[in-house]
Amino acid sequence: MAQIHLEVVTPTGPVISDDVDIVTAPGVGGEFGVLANHAPFLSTIKTGTLSFKKDKQVKYLMVSGGFSEVSNNKITFLVESAEFGKDIDVNRAMMAKERAEKRLAQAQQAAESLNRVRAEAALQRAMARLRAAEMARS
Amino acid sequence: MPGLKDVKDKIAGVKKTAQITKAMNMVASAKLRGAQDKMESFRPYAEKFAGTMGELSAGMEDANLPLMEIRDVKTVEIVIVTSDRGLCGSFNSNIIKTVEKLVKQYESEGKSVSIVTVGKKGTQAFKKSGKLRKAYNDIMGTFQIFNAREISHDITEAFLKGESDQVDIVYGKFHSVAAQKPEREELLPIKPVEGEENSAQEQSGATGSYIYEPDPNEIMEVLLPLYLNVQVYHAMLEVGASEHAARMTAMDNATNACKDMIDELTQLYNKARQAAVTGELMDIVGGAAALKG
Repeated sequence: MAQIHLEVVTPTGPVISDDVDIVTAPGVGGEFGVLANHAPFLSTIKTGTLSFKKDKQVKYLMVSGGFSEVSNNKITFLVESAEFGKDIDVNRAMMAKERAEKRLAQAQQAAESLNRVRAEAALQRAMARLRAAEMARS
Repeated sequence: MPGLKDVKDKIAGVKKTAQITKAMNMVASAKLRGAQDKMESFRPYAEKFAGTMGELSAGMEDANLPLMEIRDVKTVEIVIVTSDRGLCGSFNSNIIKTVEKLVKQYESEGKSVSIVTVGKKGTQAFKKSGKLRKAYNDIMGTFQIFNAREISHDITEAFLKGESDQVDIVYGKFHSVAAQKPEREELLPIKPVEGEENSAQEQSGATGSYIYEPDPNEIMEVLLPLYLNVQVYHAMLEVGASEHAARMTAMDNATNACKDMIDELTQLYNKARQAAVTGELMDIVGGAAALKG
């Protein structure tokens, strides 16, 4: 099967660089899948789970905020953070989720827009982590 | 002539200082390596980001994006990135001096200035100026991208509210281990990246045939804040590396100065010892001569 080159790059360094069969990513306009020889494509990425398949194995990554670019049979993700589902510390993510929920509740009462946005982003990240970890295990 | 014991004590003291400065030099050089690694791993991200930005902004002259809006400049905000700790030569004071000059220049143009500091040394310098709007301290040691995100969120907010019309960043750029210089860059409004030759397009042979999702303008709206994060993070990385490089040089100089001082003091000690021995000999000889006589 024809393959596409996947690269995930974060500010702390590349996370993965590999030839894979299919990539599924959380685009802002909804989830999208990319196969080999896809047309040039540019999309923003929201916080969520990215998955790719190689040798009949599906792997999951948590990604947050960034964009992806497809060109020349290569898909590059430039995201602020990326973690493999299997490496995620579930307990920590759970704690982060609870913390974010609390902050969100406080921010809503106080009607602080900036804090709310931050708390929401934190909550989304925590939930994406949990989902990626869960999918990696199942 | 100082007493023998005094000189000996002083030599011991200077030796101890030399030990400390030498240790600091070695710690700084180890930390510098870490900071350089951090810079190195950030490079691919920054380069790809700049490439895409250039490609996108080339096709959108008329886009009306709030972060790119050029206004009449009444208030300038200066973000100063320094280190948290001292003992690194003139590294921080050079940055601070550059900022002071900049503030004077802006004020002579009738603009008011507000200051955001990152790093304790900058905060200390501008605490009493009355211009300090916000200070981020004690993050330079272990900062990550989310620290940069927090800072850029904050300056974006102020810019969008109209509290500032232009945002500059001043930081110590890392040229080499021996040279770090203060550098000023404009953060906001974001200027369109000059249409660089885009590598991705060249490779694929396709020009402007990208499918955008959502449309380029909306992508830009997401990308611009991220771009700001990249720039702030970059400045912090530069300062991180510069700080350690500057400290390495400063501590190396200090160790050398200690060595020179020890040499001088040892000479002084030997001279004093010699004088004492001579004095004693004279006494003995004098005493013997008196007995004979």
